[in-house]
Amino acid sequence: MTLADTLRTSFKTVMSYHIRSLLIILAMALGVGAVVVLTALGDGARNYIINQFSSIGTHLLVVLPGRAETSGSFLGAVLGQTPRDLTLKDAQLLGRLPQIRRYAPLNVGAAELSAANRLREVTVLGSTANLIPIRHMKLAQGNFLAHGAERNAQIVLGAKIAQEFFPRSQAVGQRVRLGDSRFLVSGVLASQGETMGFNTDEIVIIPIDYAQAMFNTTSLFRILIEAKSHSDIEPAKQAILASLRQSHDGEDDTTVITQDAILETFDRILHALTLAVAGIAAISLIVAGILVMNVMLVAVTQRTAEIGLLKAIGATSIDIRRLFLAEAVWLSVVGAVLGLLLGQLGSFLIRLAYPQLPAWAPIWASIAAITVALLAGILASMLPASKAARMDAIDALNKK
Amino acid sequence: MGDQAVCALNNIDLHIASGEYVSIMGPSGSGKSTLLNIIGLLDKPNSGRYELDEKLVTNLSETEQAKIRREKIGFVFQSFHLVPRLTAAENIELPLILGGVPPEQRQIRVNEALQAFELKQRALHRPAELSGGQRQRVAIARATIMQPSVILADEPTGNLDHQIGAEVMSLLEDLHHRGTTLIVVTHDRELGGRAHRQIAMRDGKILIDHSDDTG
Ligand SMILES: Nc1ncnc2c1ncn2[C@@H]1O[C@H](COP(=O)(O)OP(=O)(O)OP(=O)(O)O)[C@@H](O)[C@H]1O
Ligand SMILES: [Mg+2]
Repeated sequence: MTLADTLRTSFKTVMSYHIRSLLIILAMALGVGAVVVLTALGDGARNYIINQFSSIGTHLLVVLPGRAETSGSFLGAVLGQTPRDLTLKDAQLLGRLPQIRRYAPLNVGAAELSAANRLREVTVLGSTANLIPIRHMKLAQGNFLAHGAERNAQIVLGAKIAQEFFPRSQAVGQRVRLGDSRFLVSGVLASQGETMGFNTDEIVIIPIDYAQAMFNTTSLFRILIEAKSHSDIEPAKQAILASLRQSHDGEDDTTVITQDAILETFDRILHALTLAVAGIAAISLIVAGILVMNVMLVAVTQRTAEIGLLKAIGATSIDIRRLFLAEAVWLSVVGAVLGLLLGQLGSFLIRLAYPQLPAWAPIWASIAAITVALLAGILASMLPASKAARMDAIDALNKK
Repeated sequence: MGDQAVCALNNIDLHIASGEYVSIMGPSGSGKSTLLNIIGLLDKPNSGRYELDEKLVTNLSETEQAKIRREKIGFVFQSFHLVPRLTAAENIELPLILGGVPPEQRQIRVNEALQAFELKQRALHRPAELSGGQRQRVAIARATIMQPSVILADEPTGNLDHQIGAEVMSLLEDLHHRGTTLIVVTHDRELGGRAHRQIAMRDGKILIDHSDDTG
């Protein structure tokens, strides 16, 4: 029996048991579709978060006080030391390192903003003009703590704050009161929405000196640093650590986080998550495989007389085995292809519903889903096929 | 599947020449079907030799025996054994598919067979839509499509009324007239008597082996 005839004959058989075939194909298709859609979701979420993270800056390094490693802080706690604060002097020192393009010291606090008979509490950032380019922010109006003018009592308002306080008039040039001090509005941020859970539309930014005075502190919350290039990130990190160690009397009491490292961590975690979800979905393919086995076993029993007849008219055991395997192959192939289409349709609908989410199924997931579906189908029909092949011709013929 | 060993056949010594017309008769359980199945290579004797076309075939592999069944032997059963989901034409085509005959040739040969057995009108009907006589004609067409040298028929008229049974028998006899060896198991004395050589069996043994002078 030729391969083409085996495939053609088993295809006809699959077609003639249409309800049975439809059920198996559906089970296979749902399994494959689930893998495709879920990995599209997982990968979409991963790309979404990475995009968000990338949008907060380029070649970004963040310096924060204290050691992240447990051993260091534990030792520090035992010896009764508290990490030394980061200061503006530290920041200026780092600004002179050759790998660094620019830096922005950062303080964060909360204060009451009042103007035009309105009053509300706002998040206050204290920084310098460099914050804007480092954090990829944009101004809608005016300017931002212009270089050299940092000593002036200027304030930049987030888009939503400006809208709330000055709905009718130009915000730039207005006077506002923040805490106990008066500020002149020099600019308004362009609306950006939320990135990484931080809404820049509802903040105000003032010069770092004013922020430190207002919150009565000399220490910094963070120092944001932009390296000159991608390859400068790691050297910059080492140089920053070395420089701070020197100015902190040989103490390693600061932590430098690179955006790349965070991105990589997120990437790893979300990739693992996608894999896990794909694995769970793949279990449904195993279930589909068991269904195939069950249905094929029933089919072998139902077609016992037919198997006996085929043997009587000269089919070999191999012919019989191949006929039943080919049936499973057809069911699995059609199921897998249908599942792929279903999965792509599902991903497309998700992208329609959530345009921010780049829900594209990764190629590896589609290939893996189809492979697992085919393997499950074929493995599951091995047992029924060999049961059919081993059948005794006379017993099979005489069975009613 | 009893534990007790049953001797279905015992001490059979039989020689059938090419082109003979043989009927096998005997009471139920006398071993007629078992003998036919051994001749058709569906069953294996526990001991003894079986030669087909002067070649020992008892020791052949399963695949080689299948090939012989495919090419040299045609079976006709009492209960027709047609595949219910296939049309008459497709049922007749089965041995050609198993034999690896190319599709174009299959088409021609199936058409010839449909013509020869007056099944043209019924080609696209499934077995359920055919009468008993038509079903057995399809089965005979299938058994002969590979032009086998031996036709083995196990009570081919057992499920048919007398007149249709006689028609089916004459179809088989036509094959014999064209040179095919014909071996028929039957309960019907009258039909059995039409064979040139009549074998009577009892308890797994050959009781009478009678040849007509005219045969
Ligand atoms: N699968 C089997 N297992 C055990 N014994 C069997 C089997 N098939 C047949 N036999 C026994 O072998 C003997 C011969 O059976 P066989 O079918 O050849 O008889 P038969 O002459 O064809 O009978 P009938 O006219 O009823 O078809 C019987 O005694 C029967 O009980
Ligand atoms: Mg019998």
